[in-house]
Amino acid sequence: MLNQLTISELAAKLAKREVSAREVMQSCLDQVARVDKKIHAFISHNDTDALAQADAADKAFAAGITHTQKPLLGVPVAIKDVLAVKDQPLNCGSKILGKFVSPYNATVIEKLKAAGAIIFGRLNMDEFAMGSSTENSAFGVTKNPWDTTRIPGGSSGGSAAAVAADETIAALGSDTGGSIRQPAALCGCVGLKPTYGRVSRCGLVAFASSLDQIGPLTKNVRDAATMLGVISGHDPRDSTSVPQPVPNYVANLTGNIKGLKLGLPKEYMIGGLDLEVKAAVDNAVKQFGKLGAEIVEISLPHTDYAVATYYIIATAEASANLARFDGIRYGARVDGADPIELYCKTRGAGFGAEVKRRIILGTYVLSSGYYDAYYLRAQKVRTLIRNDFLKAFEKVDAIVTPTTPTAAFKIGEKSDDPLQMYLSDIFTISCNLAGICGISIPCGFTKKPKLPIGLQLLGKPFGEEIILRLGHAYEQNTPWHKQKPPL
Amino acid sequence: MAAAQFDVKYVAHLARLALTPDEEKKLASQLGNILGYIEKLKELDIVNVEPTAHATPMINVMRPDEVRPSLPHDDALRNAPAKANGLFIVPKIVE
Repeated sequence: MLNQLTISELAAKLAKREVSAREVMQSCLDQVARVDKKIHAFISHNDTDALAQADAADKAFAAGITHTQKPLLGVPVAIKDVLAVKDQPLNCGSKILGKFVSPYNATVIEKLKAAGAIIFGRLNMDEFAMGSSTENSAFGVTKNPWDTTRIPGGSSGGSAAAVAADETIAALGSDTGGSIRQPAALCGCVGLKPTYGRVSRCGLVAFASSLDQIGPLTKNVRDAATMLGVISGHDPRDSTSVPQPVPNYVANLTGNIKGLKLGLPKEYMIGGLDLEVKAAVDNAVKQFGKLGAEIVEISLPHTDYAVATYYIIATAEASANLARFDGIRYGARVDGADPIELYCKTRGAGFGAEVKRRIILGTYVLSSGYYDAYYLRAQKVRTLIRNDFLKAFEKVDAIVTPTTPTAAFKIGEKSDDPLQMYLSDIFTISCNLAGICGISIPCGFTKKPKLPIGLQLLGKPFGEEIILRLGHAYEQNTPWHKQKPPL
Repeated sequence: MAAAQFDVKYVAHLARLALTPDEEKKLASQLGNILGYIEKLKELDIVNVEPTAHATPMINVMRPDEVRPSLPHDDALRNAPAKANGLFIVPKIVE
């Protein structure tokens, strides 16, 4: 089935004209029609438009355009509903944007289009990227393809579920505290968060501007490397994007990891860590050893403070970024006698509970009298956390950890206790605070029920080549990435 | 900075968020818990530590002060809840 193939497998078939782009796109749409009522990965999808793009790709093939010029020509890529795609709806999983239609393309979308990709679908997500389960969407809950009574993770739950369920060949998500890596781990696919500043945030609806990054969710590491190569690069429209040259990530997948040093942070193998997850990660570490990597114990002493630091900084930044949703220039509006009443009613009606919780918390920690005690202090702890990593990277090339403390939990299990939900981000959150890169790859399954377990590799700033090479070498020597959910 | 005395009404007003009495009660309790957890940051010695606002070495990213094309007028108004004469319609601000 064409929708089950990877980007590289498809590129080979498309190049030889064994299959047409239209057949590939149709295969994905057929899968969406077959399984999405069970999974609900998509908020919406425009099949006519997707097939029209596929036809355009076929014309390009006929005219002699190759994958050397356009590496994603004919490849369907589905998009998290937080990225602007011109003339498509943009809701960020929220009611407050109403019937918003994007007037322009995000930079990453422009880049995907220039590479020939077929951009389709609006993938479900936690509202404004705030959540770890995709239970906070105003458009319904996405289910984990491996067990539809369980969450797919979040906030890019739709992206991970769609890739795992072969509804799309690849997807884009966004990651502020783990929102690409955690759902990738829980759904059994690959999820990469680039170094902060590697990928332009122009056209990404901002949650926390100093933490957000866009990244790919794919079926294997090679595909993630391909996608990263396409979406990376400095962008004058994003003043936080870094003018660092983009290496050839795919060419760097040599399969040779001999001599690379892998750090194991002693603070991460804690209480709370599920025994099956620990066993899978321990086995993965042994496998890395067999492949020639050297395992080194390291310490990240401020690990315990990461969640608290994150929930001050991220919520503070979110309270500022979400101030623009006021019913004046776009989105849904609830009228009021004066502008203030209009704002209050519009925002009260339009935002969900988790978003309100975080806006209130963020507003509080920035307010007069509390700024120093909370926000400024958190920014200083952030320095300590970042320094932990920079110091560790003087000794090791990459750091290996579980991605999540447990496999996917049941829908509704943590939704009553926000703090419990936040604590489940413990392994992914520091990466965003430190601004480094991270990837989650499948490393096994729990026994009963059979649920994916993810392994996380963290790399130094702009160290994506190393974590991709490590991830690829491990993946090619293990069976996990070839397994499919029972749909 | 007692986490327990969290004035939800005041903060909600700063955030321009209308909350129902039910929401106010629930938020006060949940945020009380969360702020209680966050108190652990006070354990750390942060004397002489510089704050990190963002994790890149970029500062003062400028461009030449030249006029460039921006979002066309019609596109900017496209999603307006209420518009007329090329303007966004808002409730009366000034008496």
